[in-house]
Amino acid sequence: MKPALAAFLVCVMLIAFSESSAGIGSRPSGLNSMQFRFGADTYAELRKAPEKAASRTNPLENDPEAITAGKLLFEDHCAECHGDDARGGRKGPNLRVADVQNATPGTLFWLLTNGVVRKKMPAWSKLPELQRWQLVRFLKSPGSRASTETVAKQ
Amino acid sequence: MTRISIVLLAAFFTLLGAFSQPLAAQENPYFVAYDHNLEEPGNLEIEYFSTFGTQRAGNDFHAFWTEFEYGVTAWWTTEFYLDAQSTFHDSTVYSGFKWENRFRVLKHEHWINPVLYVEYEDTNGTDKTLKEVVGHDMESDYLTPNAPVRVEHAREMELKLILSINTKGWNFSENIITEKNLSNEPWEFGYALAASRPLALKASSKRCNFCPQNFIVGAEMYGGLGDRHSFGLRETSHYFAPVAGWNLPSGWTLRLSPGFGLNDNSHRFLLRWGVSREINGFDQMVRHLFGAKS
Repeated sequence: MKPALAAFLVCVMLIAFSESSAGIGSRPSGLNSMQFRFGADTYAELRKAPEKAASRTNPLENDPEAITAGKLLFEDHCAECHGDDARGGRKGPNLRVADVQNATPGTLFWLLTNGVVRKKMPAWSKLPELQRWQLVRFLKSPGSRASTETVAKQ
Repeated sequence: MTRISIVLLAAFFTLLGAFSQPLAAQENPYFVAYDHNLEEPGNLEIEYFSTFGTQRAGNDFHAFWTEFEYGVTAWWTTEFYLDAQSTFHDSTVYSGFKWENRFRVLKHEHWINPVLYVEYEDTNGTDKTLKEVVGHDMESDYLTPNAPVRVEHAREMELKLILSINTKGWNFSENIITEKNLSNEPWEFGYALAASRPLALKASSKRCNFCPQNFIVGAEMYGGLGDRHSFGLRETSHYFAPVAGWNLPSGWTLRLSPGFGLNDNSHRFLLRWGVSREINGFDQMVRHLFGAKS
């Protein structure tokens, strides 16, 4: 039984560690416990994008299918954490806030590529570049911007 | 099909049935090489792999293993393996377990991305998974029938430096491998090289099983590099294997790879295949299981 007990304890410790290193910060009133706990620095990573990366333009800016494809990619890879409507989920923050919507396409592309690995946002460089640009098109599409909110108002 | 393989497959499908939230995966098609992409935090990927190998002057074999890969954080992935094998006209035996951990070293993506890999292996002498080839591993090592080598016991540490590049849709990976039997045996060395690319770089605007972006093809090459006392290519085995992966929108990934031995010390032919599925939000499920409120 010893190996089984050891394996069980290892699993519990791993999950406990995984949980303890989740999003750090206080939970503002109005958010239920299923939503991401964010702090003042939740969107700070966006401001760390190097100027050269932030100024990149989206090569799919005029691709009519990029938003639809980006939406499917979002459902497959992002909705689990950021919620089906990108308004935030149990692990990831709201992406419809002004901080995200006002960011340049290059900044969002840079963040997707690098992730925020210390705060559980994985690097998505395993998706080909064009798919990351399709995601950026979806995130900045008019449908996504329509109900932009600011964190401060929540 | 043998009893152990039935048990491993049954465990695989039972777990998948219990946790069946679909998540479209984007997995590489490699069997031996690793790239720097880690498991998403909180997700569990359950994988079943098989290797059929030919054996000159002996019995061909079918080695198989189940992997449980969990993303602890965005920079740490841990993985537990259960290995077994069937040697034709001989027997089917459990070979042991392995526990590996991969740590992403750098915070951001760079031209080359390093990942540190640490694995503990507790196996007996029947292990034929050929998950890595190190030292002077050769085809003739696998000639001994299962019964006498089953009682051998090996505890080994394996360390890898994974170097990986994602560029223009391609992934290029190089693994530098060192392995040490924890009894008094020398350090052994090996390598694995791999490259792969999806058939299309843009995602389709429709969900489809057969869209070209769901297929990733490439090749890997791996082999031993001797040990501390005799480093080099002398008396080592090497393989080249085209690889293909199919990431289905339902969350399943299928992989296939025919491998070819490159010298007389290598098995002539290895046919590998695998099936895997990622379970989304496994950490939350476990929390619920223990009564945590959402």
